[in-house]
Amino acid sequence: MDTRAREGDPTPMKNLTTVERKSDRELVVTRAFNGPARVVFEAWTKPELLMRWWAPKSMGVSFLSCEADVRVGGTYCFVFGHDGKTIEFFGKYLEVTPHSRLVWTNDEAGDGGSVTTVTFEEKGGKTLLVMHELYPSKEALDAAGTGVADGMGVTFGQLDELLVTLGASAGRS
Amino acid sequence: MPSARSAWGSAELIDSDSKWDRLGGEGGRQRSARPASLARLTSARYVLNLMVHHSDARLDRSFGALSDATRRGVLERLGRGDASISDLATKFEMTLTGMKKHVAFLEEAGLVRTEKVGRVRTCKLGPRRLEDETAWIERYRQLWDARFDALDELVETLSKEEETHGHASKRR
Repeated sequence: MDTRAREGDPTPMKNLTTVERKSDRELVVTRAFNGPARVVFEAWTKPELLMRWWAPKSMGVSFLSCEADVRVGGTYCFVFGHDGKTIEFFGKYLEVTPHSRLVWTNDEAGDGGSVTTVTFEEKGGKTLLVMHELYPSKEALDAAGTGVADGMGVTFGQLDELLVTLGASAGRS
Repeated sequence: MPSARSAWGSAELIDSDSKWDRLGGEGGRQRSARPASLARLTSARYVLNLMVHHSDARLDRSFGALSDATRRGVLERLGRGDASISDLATKFEMTLTGMKKHVAFLEEAGLVRTEKVGRVRTCKLGPRRLEDETAWIERYRQLWDARFDALDELVETLSKEEETHGHASKRR
């Protein structure tokens, strides 16, 4: 395996994704996108567009179906396939402000489900996205943390595997 | 996760402690002068504070070690099997001295350990796994990073389509 070859990859413009645990119950993810807020918002609200990015190949799951009735009180249901099993994610939209704000519940986890708020802010042709997840308790957030690996088929439980990934992105960071 | 509260969500505790520091000197040292219940409370805080700082320092070292592309490459390589420093120097096209420095950095962070057998120093992955919480936050970040890379690509494609066809055009 040649690390040097990968390090030569011309990907200098990659936007960074940051995650911060703001408190016991909150996680905040930020990321900039090279496009107007209107386009980014559409990609979050049109099922046919959602299906084009929500489950990238590297995640190892297939996006089987996507329903999203994006209006206040409307529901969504994403169905993924992994290892011959299907996993459903569903909930309800609480707030929908075109091109700037989306709030929805994550009901698949029952009482432990979080409320996700995504804001889109456009600046100079780029869009800053902030995704805020508020869990009902610290325990619920911690449980979700464990579920990140199990539920989504991404198992980086071992440092070795994590490092392979870090190595793979070495040239980009 | 049952692990100690780490860098996150601990600012409040640090503040409380510095307040105690001002009032009664360094954390635990003078606690005997305080009423027993207060001593218990501040001592618990003191210990927690130490743990927080300790884990911060460890994390700083890990992140420092991982901040360099060559060092990440070395870890990746060692993930596949042990290697000598000269193997690594050759692979990463650097001097033996340069590679020794990188390995020392990784060793300091506990990510790599070395063993000298005869005249060859062999490097292997270290005993220390990334801390639980950091590991899952990183896992979570990677999940969203992968997703957002795909979204970024889509947004750029859609934006270009718009430029070409004008805003009113229908997208599939």
